[in-house]
Amino acid sequence: MSDFVSGDFLVEFIALICLATGWYIYRGEKGSWAIAVLLAAATAVTWFGAGKDGIHTLGVIVVLMSVAIMVCHALRWLLVRLAPLSFAQTFRSAPLTALFGFLVIGACLLMVIFAPYMAPFSESEVVSAAYAPADSTYWLGTDQLGRDMFSRIVFGGRHSILLSLTATVVAFSLGMFAGLFAAIRGGIIDQLLGRLADVFMSVPALILALLLLSILGTNLAVLVGVVAAIYVPRIFRLTRSVAFGVVVTDFVEASRVRGEGDWYIIRREILPNTAAPLIAEFGLEFCYVFLLIAGLSFLGLGIQPPMADWGSMVRENAVLISFGEITPLIPAMAIALLTVGVNFIVDWMLKITAGLKDNS
Amino acid sequence: MSDILSLIIRRLAFGLLTMLIVSFLIFFALELLPGDLAHAVLGQMATEETVAAIRKQLGLDVPAIIRYFYWLEGAVHGDFGKSLINKADVGHAIFGRLANSFFLAGFAALFAIPLAVSLGVAAALFRDTLFDKAINVASLTAVSVPEFLLGYILVLFFAVWAHVFPPMADIKDHAEFGERVYRSFLPAMTLVLVVTPHMMRMTRAAIINLLASPYIEMARLKGTPPWRVIVWHALPNALAPIINVVTLNLAYLITGVVLVEVVFVYPGIGQLLVDSVAKRDFPIVQACCLIFAATFIVLNIAADVGSIMTNPRLMHPK
Repeated sequence: MSDFVSGDFLVEFIALICLATGWYIYRGEKGSWAIAVLLAAATAVTWFGAGKDGIHTLGVIVVLMSVAIMVCHALRWLLVRLAPLSFAQTFRSAPLTALFGFLVIGACLLMVIFAPYMAPFSESEVVSAAYAPADSTYWLGTDQLGRDMFSRIVFGGRHSILLSLTATVVAFSLGMFAGLFAAIRGGIIDQLLGRLADVFMSVPALILALLLLSILGTNLAVLVGVVAAIYVPRIFRLTRSVAFGVVVTDFVEASRVRGEGDWYIIRREILPNTAAPLIAEFGLEFCYVFLLIAGLSFLGLGIQPPMADWGSMVRENAVLISFGEITPLIPAMAIALLTVGVNFIVDWMLKITAGLKDNS
Repeated sequence: MSDILSLIIRRLAFGLLTMLIVSFLIFFALELLPGDLAHAVLGQMATEETVAAIRKQLGLDVPAIIRYFYWLEGAVHGDFGKSLINKADVGHAIFGRLANSFFLAGFAALFAIPLAVSLGVAAALFRDTLFDKAINVASLTAVSVPEFLLGYILVLFFAVWAHVFPPMADIKDHAEFGERVYRSFLPAMTLVLVVTPHMMRMTRAAIINLLASPYIEMARLKGTPPWRVIVWHALPNALAPIINVVTLNLAYLITGVVLVEVVFVYPGIGQLLVDSVAKRDFPIVQACCLIFAATFIVLNIAADVGSIMTNPRLMHPK
């Protein structure tokens, strides 16, 4: 990686061209001067702060961002032409960031499904000396025990994503139904559940997780249970407030008068009308759960070795950072990339639902 | 005026009650231990006699509810019992580190709050321009990045490549103020990067929420320049939500502190908590959790009281 970053003026040259083109494209748009000022400030800070290495890295980042923008443009063009008409219209107005989100999530899904075929080695096999540099066999070098970094990133992604997804699904199904139930019934049940959620939410998530994990020990089932339990009150609160807006409407009143049961009202009246915000919320909660599990693994309390995992990989190889290597940061960047992707899509979805409300 | 007072008193009472319930939860979480504390201390191979002896030594022969009240009484006086590992006084181990952690969080808040509020106001002012979009993308990205990645990136740039700041923030007990600031600069900046995006997004949302109000429309129609509309007409009314946002995010600093302290080996309470969790030193874990929860609850109450106090409708009752 360091060869790629240092001593190569081509990178800066491309970066400068990209910057200039970007500036040119947006020249007419309001606020672009502020971007230029911010970019210049970032460059200046990096120059004085981190010197040449920093500027090189900045150049690489700008190039990667330009490539990402181009790929997203191409993807949108493709989707608009391939998708059926009703979806094509949605995609046409989708911001590039949302496309980027789809790209990242698609890549992650492929990785989760095809991990054993993508990884050249197993996650726990020692294949070389410790901290071997990257070459054509070990694409990203090896870790502190001599295991292949690339394979561990692939398998680690699989474990982290599946675990977070399980925890989110568990938390969501419990929290959502408690919330819907509280919104429909109201009264004493609502009050009781609400106060209970208040108490649990008055302890920060990470602290609560540390307390429970120190007592219950760290195995995968406990980890999923603890993380899910921590997020249930948060999801309960949100579902309740979203559903409450629907419960007071006339059509729910009408179905009550008709003599329908709670379950029917939840299924046929409330869920269809709250689906959009709830799906967006699912994405958001997945991000929080993913970051919490990554944080716990980073602290050595999440997924245990020899299972690979993005959070713990950062901690295990952190020593390399003091030698100016960025390989330990790749799993951390993968975490960031996935959460950014999901967040971008959620942001877009929220904008769409907000827009629908404004028009009606 | 008495309306506000009663509101605030009610809020404080509720906070105290929450605190009590949380302390109850933290204490009784330990009862979830498979077996009990004596078994956890001694491990599987312990004989009946040693278990009984340890039980007596730890005071486990007393019912849990009575132990809870003793523990609570001690905690109020700053006495959290003795560590299970090295028998040292827990309170003594915590308070020096607590000061370090508060120093770090305060240092971060000093930079984060003005930065977040001014960026949020700017984003609201230039709404839907490229600047706003870029800020939106940048803040969404920063929100999604794990705290430890931000920390390591700063280390890479400013410590490894540039040698401007030290990569580790190992502060000695009697370090001078300047030394302290210098050594804790990178961890503090990491925390700034962690909390600023949240605060900024919420500030922007709070101001934009107000921009649809009739009095803003009026100000616009009479020809007030846009920056004056925001700073003079919108900002005072957005103060309540902004104060709310700021204090809530200071509470968010607490979670950030744990991870950032571990990254920078900063001698704070977060690092102590993580170490004690790994060693299963329960008295320290409980004490740290209680302190974190208390700070969180106090900040939440402060947020509520702050937004009550700055609400113009409550401050000037008819």
